[in-house]
Amino acid sequence: MATSKAKKSKTSAPRLGAKKSMANSKLDLPKDLLLNIHRLMVKSRVLEDRLIKIYKAGDAYFWIGGPGEEAFGVPLGLLIHKGKGPAYDFLHLHYRCSPTLVAMGMPMIDSIRLIMNRSTDPCTGGRNFANHYCFPEMNVTPVSSPIEVQYPIALGTAWSQRRFGGQGVSIVTGGDAGTAEGDFASCLVWASRKGSELPMLITVQNNRWGISTAFEGQHGESHIADRGKAFNIKTLVINGNDPIESYIKLRESLDYIRLKRKPVLLEAKVSRLYGHSSADGASRRPEEDCVEIFEEKLKRAGILSDRQAQSLWKEYEAEAKEAQETVRLEAPPARESIWEHVYFENENADWRKF
Amino acid sequence: MANMAQAIRMALHYCETNLDLKDVFGQDVGPPLGGVFTATQGLETAWNSPLDERGIIGMAIGLGLSGDRCVAEIQFGDYIFNTIDLLKIAGNTHWVSNGAYHLPIVVMTPVGAGIRGSIYHSHSFDAWATRLPGWKVVFPSTPLDAYGLMISAVQDPNPVLFLKPKALMRVRGEELLPGEPEDEKQLKKMIDAPVGDRSQWRPQWPQLAEYAVPIGKAKITRHGRALSVVTYGRNVLMCNQVADELQRDGINIEVIDLRSLIPYDWDTIRESVRRSGRVLFVNEDTEVTNFGEHLACRMTKELFYELLAAPRVLAAKNLPGIGLHPNLEEATVPQVGDIKQAILELLEEAP
Ligand SMILES: Cc1ncc(C[n+]2csc(CCOP(=O)(O)OP(=O)(O)O)c2C)c(N)n1
Repeated sequence: MATSKAKKSKTSAPRLGAKKSMANSKLDLPKDLLLNIHRLMVKSRVLEDRLIKIYKAGDAYFWIGGPGEEAFGVPLGLLIHKGKGPAYDFLHLHYRCSPTLVAMGMPMIDSIRLIMNRSTDPCTGGRNFANHYCFPEMNVTPVSSPIEVQYPIALGTAWSQRRFGGQGVSIVTGGDAGTAEGDFASCLVWASRKGSELPMLITVQNNRWGISTAFEGQHGESHIADRGKAFNIKTLVINGNDPIESYIKLRESLDYIRLKRKPVLLEAKVSRLYGHSSADGASRRPEEDCVEIFEEKLKRAGILSDRQAQSLWKEYEAEAKEAQETVRLEAPPARESIWEHVYFENENADWRKF
Repeated sequence: MANMAQAIRMALHYCETNLDLKDVFGQDVGPPLGGVFTATQGLETAWNSPLDERGIIGMAIGLGLSGDRCVAEIQFGDYIFNTIDLLKIAGNTHWVSNGAYHLPIVVMTPVGAGIRGSIYHSHSFDAWATRLPGWKVVFPSTPLDAYGLMISAVQDPNPVLFLKPKALMRVRGEELLPGEPEDEKQLKKMIDAPVGDRSQWRPQWPQLAEYAVPIGKAKITRHGRALSVVTYGRNVLMCNQVADELQRDGINIEVIDLRSLIPYDWDTIRESVRRSGRVLFVNEDTEVTNFGEHLACRMTKELFYELLAAPRVLAAKNLPGIGLHPNLEEATVPQVGDIKQAILELLEEAP
């Protein structure tokens, strides 16, 4: 449970060029957990950096991902009840979810197989873009390029979990600009019907951009989370660049949903460190970097040494690089595989053979 | 004999009691109405959803991902268009997950003209539906087929779109459903909700038996060697009528009720056309990029040298809507007279 101090902590929203907004937040979590969060944030960042390098080296056709969202994504991944079926949490993630999956134990190499579209790609068999994950054994449903469709889809797994009982929760993530789609409204409407409330964590990662359209260009509301209030949904806005605040608030929210079987709408203010995607260059932007700031903070508190930090980065960089080399040699998907898995158990889908 | 609405209701009852169907939902699908065409009246698992088509299809996909079986309804096919990208996602889920997830879901929706529904209650969806790879598409023309196809659809591990011909929802069948009482008044008393307060009403379901019409199997409804007509849904009844009329003039037409659009029963079509040498495809979706055109194109390629006439498609005029006045509706979608005329013209063609 969160300490009383953490409960009182203010929710400050980072803006472009803002000062280090979490510099003063307290280290209100056990040391081991802090170090674990840091380790996974580093791992996730190294992975994303590698994915960008893979794209820039011409080994991938497209990159989109979640550098800048580690402080939100890693705590989320650590709090998931991981497993298969309605007793466990379902995840309806979007394309900036690497940190969550790294925290859930996804090996780096699987992400690299996905971006390099090899036959070994466990998510899609070489069929889909970077970060479009799918891990049924962890209830991670296919990440889909059309934005916001995951919100109404999440209703279905939540409905199943509502019937099932237990503590399973459906978690759906997405971006701020996408909330303009009707699908976001659908989610709020269905999740909050009186007497039929759904056990859902509905999140929006607000990086204040929708490709090149600024937040103000498409929003009149101060906080997206405010929209949940009209539906009697419990809402909160958090500093998603602070992993401690994220962890505490996510844990509180998930505890509430697991117990009350009712939804929460959580808006996390985050950075978008490498722009939108390879479509706008995938180059570093001058935004608050949650990994750097958190690392500094742990060092200052004497929890992490320079040497420990350096060797962590090095270790993961070596792992990512080696994974790239390995994957480069793996087989591409075979041309004939296009007809596989159109229908269950490869029932004939080719009309020429009807 | 049951009508199609009753047959679908009985199939769904069979599925919820025997096949682990857990949710039947959509706008007005639950009590008190049980669907605007009464196809879900009295079902244990039927519930009313918000008036939100995208929510309905999203919910169905999520249920399928969790492994629960559901039948979701879009109240009128005319209102399914704002869900097309979600239907595409349902169709690609198995493929994009490289076989890891599958979606055992059914979406049903009433389609087509014939009830004086004017421009927003007469839309067809069959041609659109066939452009949703990953889905199976079924389209019954009789209550018994509706019963058997619904049971197959619920059993199928893939997404199945169940198109209901609006104009046939109240048409009685000629065959009894397995377990259906012979007296239709008795059936009505057992399973039709009373007018007025229904809060205490419970249906008395007959002892129904499983009866599955395999998805992908057509049915020859009239035998003949002069020409083959390939059709489905509401047009089957019209084509049968034309075949019966021509029969009296000594012309034997074969009518094939496709029943499944995807996958379609090419063997039955091809063998029929091999025997007759002439083929007419009839349906009521708009004529430009019509599903019948795909079949006609394939027919032309495969049997070109065996054909006695060019394959023909008779479909709705390529118009943005269907007008309310009978003159407008009848001039837009194929009628008995149009079918007969097309057949006679095809019969006159000489190679
Ligand atoms: C339905 C749909 N429309 C347009 C796009 C193209 N598109 C991809 S990402 C994006 C911006 C999304 O912005 P936001 O929701 O804020 O998420 P972010 O990527 O910033 O996290 C757009 C418009 C899309 N993928 N799907």
